Amino acid sequence: MQFKKLFLLAFLLHKRPFLSLFQFHFGLKMCDQTFLVNVFGSCDKCFKQRALRPVFKKSQQLSYCSTCAEIMATDGLHENQTLASLKSEAESLKGKLEEERAKLHDVELHQVAERVEALGQFVMKTRRTLKGHGNKVLCMDWCKDKRRIVSSSQDGKVIVWDSFTTNKEHAVTMPCTWVMACAYAPSGCAIACGGLDNKCSVYPLTFDKNENMAAKKKSVAMHTNYLSACSFTNSDMQILTASGDGTCALWDVESGQLLQSFHGHGADVLCLDLAPSETGNTFVSGGCDKKAMVWDMRSGQCVQAFETHESDINSVRYYPSGDAFASGSDDATCRLYDLRADREVAVYSKDSIIFGASSVDFSLSGRLLFAGYNDYTINVWDVLKGSRVSILFGHENRVSTLRVSPDGTAFCSGSWDHTLRVWA
Amino acid sequence: MAGGRRGAQLPHLSKMERVVLSMQDPDQGVRTRSQRLFITVIPHTAAGGDVVAWLIRKYCISDEEALHLGTLLVQHGYLYPLREPRSLQLWPDDTPYRFQTPYFWTSTVWPAAELDYAIYLTKKNIRKQGTLVGHEKEHYDQLHRKISHTWDLVVMQAREQLRAAKQRRKGDRLVIACQEQTYWLVNRPPPGVPSVLEQGPKRSSCAADRVQMSTEFYKQEMERCRKALTRARVKSSVCLEAYLKFSGQRGPHDPMMSGCLPSNPWVSNEDAYWTINAPSVAVPTKLRVERWAFSFQELLEDPVGRAHFMDFLGTEFSAENLSFWEACEELRHGGQAQVRATVDAIYQQFLAPGAARWVNIDSRTMERTLEGLRQPHRYVLDEAQLHIYMLMKKDSYPRFLKSAAYRDLLAEAVVPPEAKRRVFPFMRKPLHASPSPALLPASPSGEPVAATSGPECGDRGT
Repeated sequence: MQFKKLFLLAFLLHKRPFLSLFQFHFGLKMCDQTFLVNVFGSCDKCFKQRALRPVFKKSQQLSYCSTCAEIMATDGLHENQTLASLKSEAESLKGKLEEERAKLHDVELHQVAERVEALGQFVMKTRRTLKGHGNKVLCMDWCKDKRRIVSSSQDGKVIVWDSFTTNKEHAVTMPCTWVMACAYAPSGCAIACGGLDNKCSVYPLTFDKNENMAAKKKSVAMHTNYLSACSFTNSDMQILTASGDGTCALWDVESGQLLQSFHGHGADVLCLDLAPSETGNTFVSGGCDKKAMVWDMRSGQCVQAFETHESDINSVRYYPSGDAFASGSDDATCRLYDLRADREVAVYSKDSIIFGASSVDFSLSGRLLFAGYNDYTINVWDVLKGSRVSILFGHENRVSTLRVSPDGTAFCSGSWDHTLRVWA
Repeated sequence: MAGGRRGAQLPHLSKMERVVLSMQDPDQGVRTRSQRLFITVIPHTAAGGDVVAWLIRKYCISDEEALHLGTLLVQHGYLYPLREPRSLQLWPDDTPYRFQTPYFWTSTVWPAAELDYAIYLTKKNIRKQGTLVGHEKEHYDQLHRKISHTWDLVVMQAREQLRAAKQRRKGDRLVIACQEQTYWLVNRPPPGVPSVLEQGPKRSSCAADRVQMSTEFYKQEMERCRKALTRARVKSSVCLEAYLKFSGQRGPHDPMMSGCLPSNPWVSNEDAYWTINAPSVAVPTKLRVERWAFSFQELLEDPVGRAHFMDFLGTEFSAENLSFWEACEELRHGGQAQVRATVDAIYQQFLAPGAARWVNIDSRTMERTLEGLRQPHRYVLDEAQLHIYMLMKKDSYPRFLKSAAYRDLLAEAVVPPEAKRRVFPFMRKPLHASPSPALLPASPSGEPVAATSGPECGDRGT
């Protein structure tokens, strides 16, 4: 019941960011900061003197006591039959959709790839090890200058490195733990990060000794649950975020205004990636509901959805041409989905790979898929032939994040063993 | 039951269990034998080396991978070493291991109960007077303080369990002790050993967690399905061929597939590759100029390519098209507060009748755009922008590729020679630091102005 309320409130709260100050402690222990607002008064429905909470009914804000709020949440569900029939109708429609998709599937990828030359011996080694985080590294991103990276960790530290020289250039301590998302601005002048504080904050990078980076911090996004991923769009002015509250959102950095929100996931959204297309208007997100959804940034509508994974989708990344994307999931497989054919076209899995894939990325030409796994290894897949090219050992705990550098010369992996490694 | 749900939330646990079960298959599983341990004989033990060999055979993987997988199985407590149960490691020799009983599997009982841990530590304390090791002693004291009110129960339980154990055969007693110790090593790892059970922030993923989806949710799903059913799809063969073509075309440009000249900076520690391929370099490399012919997007994304294309458009008196497109991009990706002003500026410069750089848009699009300008928003010029983009893509771009200007660029482009491998690769040269993009104010063209380099580096991690 409580989760239903959370869903409803989260859905409605998104239309009014300034009202998200009302956050409730539902006993889920998701965030380190909880706000409990206790207002006593007479309930707008039953008029009894109780502890009230704000409730939204048709864009109007009322104050209900907890009993009335629960009754309101279950409104429309008293007809259990209606819900069950809706659910079965939805299932049958999905079945029909799968049938339609299968009609145009005339060949498998590995069959088409038979005439492609097999890859030779693959040698990639750790070329740099970045030590400096005191706790698990959760996320990293490359700067457009191809050598700087920003990384964030469980203890709230966000560090900007010149990974070529392994020098640390900036460090910021966030007021929360589990900073699960970080991103470098396209200009290289700012970074964005967020996590259990439910916010995404932008820090301008400054070399001025007299200025404290935390002083110029700008709070941009406000969600009702943890921030799982963030990314700047083509400029420093807009940020796309994904959150544990099941939504994605597009924000204006300067004003913190919500430009567009994206609803449709049935559970936490864990990852997102912007399409490299020329008209640049879509992005893909993956969540705990095992669905990968493609969104139109302008209208907020879901354009396509794919549901073939068997567990949470931890990472999504577009194929360099923009016509497909890969996803890595807790079910220990990575899958390739084609957007024009509107279906899954390849599964990258092996019996000996038991642990989930936490992070995936393509090489520049799209021939190689790098995937970091929770069993501390990195597997390199031949995208076209579907076979594994190589397995890389080195990390001493799960690999949590992996990105190929902007010019494709190397890739960087971050792990729960407190280190980042650059491989080439 | 909590155990079942936990299994669903951590799929790797159930997969590990399947592996361990197939290892115990009497015909196809790992070879087991009885192991003599001091004076007792323990049945059904497997040598570490046999476990690794079985994994290699079953999954066709390398030694290293099999050892790694086996080690993970031991670290999660599905196998335990008989002789040194204090360290959960897999030795690929004849060190004896046994399979953990399902009673103690992680998926059965998770999280481990504090009370059980207290009983276990008390048993240890009673059995071997005060030989609790460091962290166990700390935990014991902590628990004693925390649940002191039920301490009598704890001690009683511990005594009962010890008494019951005394009635068993020595071999069974040893095995049960090992099993229990392994369980606690997994659930309460000693300091310095990372917990394999740590999962990160809780996700509300299971369908069981969400009580019920609302009617809204299902209606939205059905709407999406209906729309998707009417969607135009492309045959798989066409889509998949496109990947072959794309990857084939880009292969020579991918440093991981074809290397890079003069050398990969990460391998050789020379950043010449980056200098040669800097965003605004005077003479681009041959590969770079070739990429401009792959797609219009490639050309526009490269500042050098875009600049040359602008020059070319200038010779054709259609440079305002590209300028208009650039202005629209600025509008789409600019700050919300600047939207109105930007739209006005674009209108004045490109769309107003008699404008200085009037762009040629077809009348219908122009009409709709002007209509939309009454309520300017960030996407109001999308249609016009797309029209101009397509115009350039279908018309000017192919002409550019056939032009003398492009041919000259190709001819003048450099092919850097491969760097000679240094004779002594271990010589430590100081690495060149590069100025951070954040250091300097951007020039009007958007590029950081070249200036003195940043601080010299210190040590380089290996």
